Amino acid sequence: MTDAVATPTIDQALVNSISNALPNAILGQWAESTAPGLLVSPVELLSVLAHLRDAEQYDLLSSLTCVDYLNYGGKQRAEVDERFDVVYHIYSTSKGGTHIKLHVRVAESEDGEFIVPSATSIYPGANLQEREVYDLFGIKFDGHPNLRRVLMWEGFEGHPMRKDWKEAYFDEESKPFKSRHPAKGYEFHEDALPWGRNTTYPAEWDPETWEAPITYVPISQAPPPVPDEDDLNGHVETANGVHINGAKNNGIHAHANLANGTNGTKITLEPDDLELDTQSLVVNLGPHHPSTHGVFRMLTRIQGETILALEPDMGYLHRNHEKIGERNTWLMNMPYTDRLDYINSMSNNLGLAIAVEKLADIEVPERANYIRIIMAELTRVVNHLWSIGFILNDLGALQTPAMFAIEEREMILDLFEEVSGARLMCNYLRFGGVVRDLPSGWLKKAKYVVDTRLPYVLDELDNMLSGNEIVRVRGRGVGYLSAEDLIALSVTGPLLRAAGVPYDIRKAEPYCIYDRFEFDIPTLPNSDIYDRYYIRLLESRESLKILRQALRDIPGGEVQGPPAYASATLEQGFGEIMGGKGGYNFRPPEGEVYARIEAPKGELGYFLVSDNKANAYRYHVRAPSFINLNALGPMSVGYKIADAVVILGAIDIVLGEVDR
Amino acid sequence: MYGTGLLKGLGITLKHVTETFRDDRKSTPSRYEGSTDLKGPFRIMDQPIDQEGILTIQYPEERRLLPERFRYIPMLIWDTEKEEDKCTACGICAKVCPPQCIWIVRDSDENGKPVARPAEFYIDAAVCMSCSFCVEFCPFDAIKMNHDYELAVYDRYPHLVYDKAELTVPVEYYAALWPTQFGEEERLRLEKEEADRIKAEEKARKAAAKAAGIDSDAKDGAAKPKRTPEELQALKEKAAAKAKARVAEKKGTGDGSDSGSGDAGGGDDEAAAKKARIEALKKKAQEKAAARKAEADE
Repeated sequence: MTDAVATPTIDQALVNSISNALPNAILGQWAESTAPGLLVSPVELLSVLAHLRDAEQYDLLSSLTCVDYLNYGGKQRAEVDERFDVVYHIYSTSKGGTHIKLHVRVAESEDGEFIVPSATSIYPGANLQEREVYDLFGIKFDGHPNLRRVLMWEGFEGHPMRKDWKEAYFDEESKPFKSRHPAKGYEFHEDALPWGRNTTYPAEWDPETWEAPITYVPISQAPPPVPDEDDLNGHVETANGVHINGAKNNGIHAHANLANGTNGTKITLEPDDLELDTQSLVVNLGPHHPSTHGVFRMLTRIQGETILALEPDMGYLHRNHEKIGERNTWLMNMPYTDRLDYINSMSNNLGLAIAVEKLADIEVPERANYIRIIMAELTRVVNHLWSIGFILNDLGALQTPAMFAIEEREMILDLFEEVSGARLMCNYLRFGGVVRDLPSGWLKKAKYVVDTRLPYVLDELDNMLSGNEIVRVRGRGVGYLSAEDLIALSVTGPLLRAAGVPYDIRKAEPYCIYDRFEFDIPTLPNSDIYDRYYIRLLESRESLKILRQALRDIPGGEVQGPPAYASATLEQGFGEIMGGKGGYNFRPPEGEVYARIEAPKGELGYFLVSDNKANAYRYHVRAPSFINLNALGPMSVGYKIADAVVILGAIDIVLGEVDR
Repeated sequence: MYGTGLLKGLGITLKHVTETFRDDRKSTPSRYEGSTDLKGPFRIMDQPIDQEGILTIQYPEERRLLPERFRYIPMLIWDTEKEEDKCTACGICAKVCPPQCIWIVRDSDENGKPVARPAEFYIDAAVCMSCSFCVEFCPFDAIKMNHDYELAVYDRYPHLVYDKAELTVPVEYYAALWPTQFGEEERLRLEKEEADRIKAEEKARKAAAKAAGIDSDAKDGAAKPKRTPEELQALKEKAAAKAKARVAEKKGTGDGSDSGSGDAGGGDDEAAAKKARIEALKKKAQEKAAARKAEADE
């Protein structure tokens, strides 16, 4: 990078403000060399969070994750006894800039449990993230309204991300596996297990006599929500703890009357003229559904056609990404990141590359940076074209706008195929640059696509869709959630910008070389489906601005010589593009890092912990689609069941990211 | 009028329908003009980036011309000249493979001593994620990515586990499939062989001269004066300073110094202007960052 990266420091003013308000809260600092964070005692955690949110305007709880230090091989934790560390990354949308990181060390209680107070009372967006930590690590969050498994299925035994939990086809602790070379030949995994092609049951477990421990009431069996009679400004709390706040109904004729207001909603269920005795019904938009963007399940309680409550259920595509990431070496994780948000692979690659480069302080050459920006912005256009097409699909425009949008996307994918070899699973970036230079003629093709085809298709979609009466009627006012609620629910990305919050990580905390480009952050005020569709169109136009500048300014221009290949026998490809760190046995120094990028769907963050080994110690992906789903329930209340599908489409999720 | 949006949208759809066929007739009289007939039963379509009109390729009668870097399942290269596998069973590809889908067993000769050649080489194609790390890190150019994607079989085991016989292709196949990369590799290989040959000749000449008792470095037969340690030290320092100056100069003159600007016209002026623009952008970015930092501090 241009200026030398100084040792990151914590904002001392912030630390002072916290310690003045709460003298015993901060126990110290941690990981000063790579990513300084504050150690907070579990007892004072909620007061610290409240102070940060109210006094310091740190309102966006971006990432809540956990690290299991059981097998930690580094030296930094020599005096620490506690096994788990819950890590909080909190940002300020108004001030921008970097995060404040909190570590809470969890000690084992007398009954062998790990308990931490839940942050949902202060940041409701911690809901899904704490459920994930409970599911995968077994840490119980005291005060969480709905603490049950989210990625694994109900009744699953054990907590998979703990270091002492081994999966069914467990081969070896870390890759590369010794069985592959030079000793043995090919062996079928299924032959190594006593149950052959089936998975194993835990020891002494009998499927006949097991009864599921019910610690929650499923939405299908819960009594319907009852409004609070005495409290006029009251809120409705459903059985699964979904807090319905601030829903606004803009001219939609419904049986339920919703009052305006950001601090509460009152649902009065007006009886029909004929005095029909109706009851609410639980309808399952089940995992096999063409409109749920993947295997995703929504449980809705509806009265007639109006949604009273909606709960998302995910985990059907859970592929153990983070645990595999801990077995992989650092470079091996790169093709796995392609499969996260499988529509935008270059974007995921960029996040991991930036995170590891931050951790190991690797410098990236100029030309590689420009190539990365071009790829990232092309990916943004790819995603937004797909997303616009599928919002329209969900509205019922049977694939015609989707096909028009996807035509130009095909050309961008052809560009990706020419440069990296694959359309969707590009695996193009490396730590220190990109894997190989652009082939000759690529820049000319890219310029053609960016200058001629893409503006044309965006204008065409604008003409076709923005004035369309059906889109307006079905989109205006549907799925409203105020900006404060969105930030409290940890939502990031186009949804925030469609609610009027000009928070974009490319401007708030620039990474790569985004600070050199001139572009704006469009915002729209209404926070409904129409705005969420239109903001993606506007953002694509901004991406085209960046692309034009990058294609004009790329150093080296159109390389006329033979294209470079990153092969071990050819010295070409390294140096100018790779920055010299091409090795596969790369070992970053001990430490941790959280790096985030503005992925097309929101804030994509990578939290990496390294203990100076070739394999990652902890590899966590802060997936925007997963965390944006916090808002799905509150956003859908009061609207029709048909709107639930479009609201989900406007959030724009990809199950590869949601479930990892 | 209420409904103009709908009518406009329908008009755009109609435009797409008519223009698809109209463009097709206008730009390419025959749909298949761009195709290259390689095999009998199907045509290979070269779909250019500025394709208008019909974009659909009717698989399986038409297939797309794949770019050179297309990657699917790896293939092992057989050196037809030397009549052996290029693979030496070093195992690096097995070590870097992310899903660990490569199994290698090294061969041994009659006495049991290991030889640099694989006895068994398996790739589980059902597991392979086509990342091409094996290709990237092979030091012997022995494994490359194949373009074949029609690999469907009826059962996964054993048909999708490829052994060495199924994976091996002759080097001519690879050269035809990846012409640019193969050209580059050949060029570097020949350069390296040339350099090795020159070095070997030089060494042989020196050895012969030494045996004959003549100092081979001398221009006219006289012995070269031996350098004192201080002179050697001074020479070393001068060389180091020169190297540093070269590196600093390279950094100062910016990047992209390998092939220069590729634009046809403009040349130096344009390159200089571009460089100035980049420097200006960098400075602006630094100022912005400083301003932002100052703001954050306030």
